[in-house]
Amino acid sequence: MDRISLLREVVRDLLMEGQVDGVLALRANGQSSTPHLFVPDDDLSELVLWPKYALPRTMDMLLAASPDVRLGMVTRGCEERGLIELAKRNQVDLGRIEMIGLACSEQERDQCRCAWPYPTHVQVGEQVEGIADALVAEHEKLSLEERTEFWRRQFERCIKCYACRTVCPQCFCEVCVLEDDKWVEAGVLAPQFPSYHLIRAYHTVSKCVGCMECEAACPADIPLTVLYTLLRQDAEEMFEYVPGRSVDDPPPLVVETMWQGV
Amino acid sequence: MEYKNVQTTCVYCGCGCGINLEVLDGKVVGSQPVKGHPISEGKLCVKGWNVHDFVYHPERLTTPLVRDGKGQALREATWEEALDLVASRLSQIKVESGPDAVGFFASAKCTNEENYLLQKLARAVVGTNNVDHCARL
Repeated sequence: MDRISLLREVVRDLLMEGQVDGVLALRANGQSSTPHLFVPDDDLSELVLWPKYALPRTMDMLLAASPDVRLGMVTRGCEERGLIELAKRNQVDLGRIEMIGLACSEQERDQCRCAWPYPTHVQVGEQVEGIADALVAEHEKLSLEERTEFWRRQFERCIKCYACRTVCPQCFCEVCVLEDDKWVEAGVLAPQFPSYHLIRAYHTVSKCVGCMECEAACPADIPLTVLYTLLRQDAEEMFEYVPGRSVDDPPPLVVETMWQGV
Repeated sequence: MEYKNVQTTCVYCGCGCGINLEVLDGKVVGSQPVKGHPISEGKLCVKGWNVHDFVYHPERLTTPLVRDGKGQALREATWEEALDLVASRLSQIKVESGPDAVGFFASAKCTNEENYLLQKLARAVVGTNNVDHCARL
């Protein structure tokens, strides 16, 4: 049975069991897809896999909207890792989520340049090996001066749409520092280099799970994940911390701050 | 609980980016881009990301508003009254000061068809070529 047919069966079974009030997944929309909460009696032939959207924050919103509800979710590797990081910061209750582990295909992995294209428990799909990000490897060959110039030129094209921040599954702050005039001047385009972008990049440390949604949403096609992946690699070296690896790994920056006696 | 995304077109400019309005239990709660859209390619500008905000905004106009005279406060009116007022005042201005005393401002927030009607109103009914775009205000 092919991957999508098996997934639809698994979702149907889960809905029929009555353990969840709905399953968050993707619904066909012409050639595209939209996030959708499938409920019992919904036509599951409309459940699709691509293009993907950042679903962890949507799950956060749904769980917050109704305190009693329990929901299933079709969960790729990055989405499971995203939920784990949100759970660590008390944004979602993993006990209210039934994850249906979906392994990404080779094409999906290649499109995301993904090193970890599968969740912990794969229920649907064949697990494939991750790949190293070729753009990151290219970038690592550059000198510091070349890198600074590279990012300066890239960020010159930023139109300050805030998409990278809005779409990020890890950005849950009700009041965002990037909207504070003290740090990012209102009414100025392009945002001053490097403040907006470094603040954003810094906030991904110990949180970014490599879902690539920021890069997909950037109207200026800025290769944001190259920067965030480099930071993720640094954080792994410094703190031995990998975002989304385990819900029991305490976020390093939080722990460090507390240890300083604050 | 009902959560779905309804695809529509952003109203804020003439680009026509695809936008998914997130609807939770019958209420619009957010926006998502439309991935693979031929125009917007799954991206949105800052206005598109926030287009859902005006739907329930307390300051959103829900009825026509008219003034009874210059300097008077705006008050609620019916569409009939408002349209009658516009028609009679434009006719009056055309007679008193000539058709070129009136300017018509089209908008990228309108459809091509609506803008076509507006310039037809300007040229064929009022009799002026003063047709421009609201961004030039």
